[in-house]
Amino acid sequence: MTDPVPYDQLLSILVRDEPRVLTRITALFGRRGYNIKSLSVGNTEHPGVSRMTIVVHGDRGVVEQAIRQLEKLHDVMKIIDHSLEKYVDRELVLVKVAITPESRVEVRQIAEDFRSRIVDVGRHALTFEVTGDEGKLTAFIEQMRPFGILETMRTGRIALTRGSNAEIASHIYHEGETQTLRPVVEGVEAREERARGVPNLF
Amino acid sequence: MTGAKALWATLANHGISTVFGYPGGAIMPVYDALTYYPEVRHVLARHEQGAIHAAEGWAKATGEIGVCMATSGPGATNLVTGLADAMMDSVPLLAITGNVARHLMGTDAFQEADITGITLPVTKHNYVVRDVEELPRIIAEAIRIARTGRPGPVLVDIPKDVQMAAYAGEIPTPHARPEIPAPTDESIGRALELLRTAKKPVIMAGGGSLDASAEITALARAWDIPVITTLMGLGAFPASDPLWLGMPGMHGSVAANRAISEADVLLGIGLRFDDRVTGRVNGFAPNAAIIHIELDAAEIGKIIRTHVPVRGDAKVAAARLTEGAVKGVWPEWTAQITEWKGRNETPEHWGAGYAVKAVVDRLTPDDILSSDVGQHQMLAAQLARFERPRRWLNSGGLGTMGFGFPAAIGAGMAEPGVRSVVIAGDGGFQMTAQELATLKMYDIRNVKICIINNSYLGMVRQWQEMFHGKRYSEVWLGDSNPDFLKLADAYDVPGYRASSAEELPAAIDAWLADPKSALLEVVVPHEHGVFPMVPAGAALYEMIESDPGRAVELKAQLADAPMNEVNDA
Repeated sequence: MTDPVPYDQLLSILVRDEPRVLTRITALFGRRGYNIKSLSVGNTEHPGVSRMTIVVHGDRGVVEQAIRQLEKLHDVMKIIDHSLEKYVDRELVLVKVAITPESRVEVRQIAEDFRSRIVDVGRHALTFEVTGDEGKLTAFIEQMRPFGILETMRTGRIALTRGSNAEIASHIYHEGETQTLRPVVEGVEAREERARGVPNLF
Repeated sequence: MTGAKALWATLANHGISTVFGYPGGAIMPVYDALTYYPEVRHVLARHEQGAIHAAEGWAKATGEIGVCMATSGPGATNLVTGLADAMMDSVPLLAITGNVARHLMGTDAFQEADITGITLPVTKHNYVVRDVEELPRIIAEAIRIARTGRPGPVLVDIPKDVQMAAYAGEIPTPHARPEIPAPTDESIGRALELLRTAKKPVIMAGGGSLDASAEITALARAWDIPVITTLMGLGAFPASDPLWLGMPGMHGSVAANRAISEADVLLGIGLRFDDRVTGRVNGFAPNAAIIHIELDAAEIGKIIRTHVPVRGDAKVAAARLTEGAVKGVWPEWTAQITEWKGRNETPEHWGAGYAVKAVVDRLTPDDILSSDVGQHQMLAAQLARFERPRRWLNSGGLGTMGFGFPAAIGAGMAEPGVRSVVIAGDGGFQMTAQELATLKMYDIRNVKICIINNSYLGMVRQWQEMFHGKRYSEVWLGDSNPDFLKLADAYDVPGYRASSAEELPAAIDAWLADPKSALLEVVVPHEHGVFPMVPAGAALYEMIESDPGRAVELKAQLADAPMNEVNDA
């Protein structure tokens, strides 16, 4: 059954590291009207393969449609829908907090409680680096807000499934063309297997 | 060997016999290399849009890939409409464009356009070839992508210096065609179960079912289930079969639209539930459980809630559903459908519909009929009787005016022994009329052009009449239309004309009997509507069957409909 309540969905997408691949992915989301809440891109352990973590905001129908549209793109090699398995996710934020001689100690104490690191010290501001899940980062920012937040920058969420890759039930696309992907593909269900296993959502 | 020669060698290796195109500065090395490859025929169109629609016509008639070619910048951007058209209608197409040399790319050089950026949303995939070593492999891969799974257009952009660079590698041979995934036993089982419980079943076949025509015909006859074919699916089921109900949707038949509205099981095959087919989505097949056989998983559940998704090859799915067939026993349903079918009106009075019917009645099942876009397209789709697939070419998804005539040329060149007839309007024909030169240049003898001339942009006029208080804004062409016979004569194309029902039969005979490609202009009354019609934003059961007088009443009903739905003619 379709869940009509919108929520944040984490998707990891392995793509060919080729020009315009980011445009292709984001253009697809833009054209179809799917809402990207955060997007992080980086290299993987395999040359020629990049990994994107996208947080889509939408109901289950939107997410399923987004996955199906994505899987048609030639650049897309694999999609991991993190709602189907256990995962760890992290985000990094840099927060610059205004300080006064009176507030300095308290600000540092809060930062310590969050196990954050000071990455820059100024006369009127401290810059903190915090990593963690979304809730922790949001809590940190809320704690610091009364002191005066001068600037923040969040990286967007990144995620990995827990356990070994052999347990990941994920879509694999365009198998057989790209040798570089071989290790990624190994031990993972083929696309059609996955398609059969997709719960009937209609 | 240069990159340009490697390109032609790869195309030749893939059995590409004909390429439609137009040369220019940034693709000259390719045209230079063409002189070494006489096994590939290049057809010079008069506009890149003509070239790509001809390639589409080729592909739609044969089911094989169409190939077109253009230079950089304006040449490439002139392909965009055809690429979007091919994307919407799932046409396998390879477009090759030249580009400025690599060191000039990104500098706004003369005739430079970021064509891969521009065409990103309207291609299945596209490439810039940055290294000559990659060129033949990319061409082979592009061809494979274009015709694999749900077919579509692929563009390959080749910088001029890559065309000239030396290539010493191998020339690739075609990829093996990957097997189309077969549907699962579970999905087939659920579909059979649903069909067996049906009391009012109906099959709806779309453009993705054309290659499964034989299997679908067997399936329908085995179960005794009536069949509706969409605009793109016309010909997937023989029109002469009593089970055929016609076309659904905005200008669909009474029988088809009523059957959908009443059905308890709707078996959709190879279609995507376009809004012109469904009408108001929540009023579409309101009583039916829906089985959707479709290769493209993204289409399942996209628009219409599907109860039994069957993902995979329509041929296999239809054959397997035939194996489990139980001859249907639904006398009431059959009687109901027979009554609805009896209500189909054939045009009796002189007008566009009468003219279109007179023309399509002369066609044989082998003839290819293409249409442009507008009233004549809907009339042809309603009135023509297709016995087999790939005999009906039109721009379904994008609704591209100017499509019909060049597509008929492409289809005519693909099947030179077959008559390729195009029905166009006076508006659409003038969007690509310059392709008359292509007929002359290659002495093509089997293209028959019929222009239904009502001196109006007829479909827009019909909407203005019904939904905009008869304020006919910028749709009158009569004062500025050319003398179409003189226009044809300028290209040595013989012309015929009929202005009344009495003149029409003789004119059609002379036009079809002409040994050359010929043009027939049928001058019809200015104001003529296409009915039945389901207005945008209405449900199929709210169809206006024939009486335009109901328009006023209808306008009141639609007062709540958002204007964008009413306006998108």
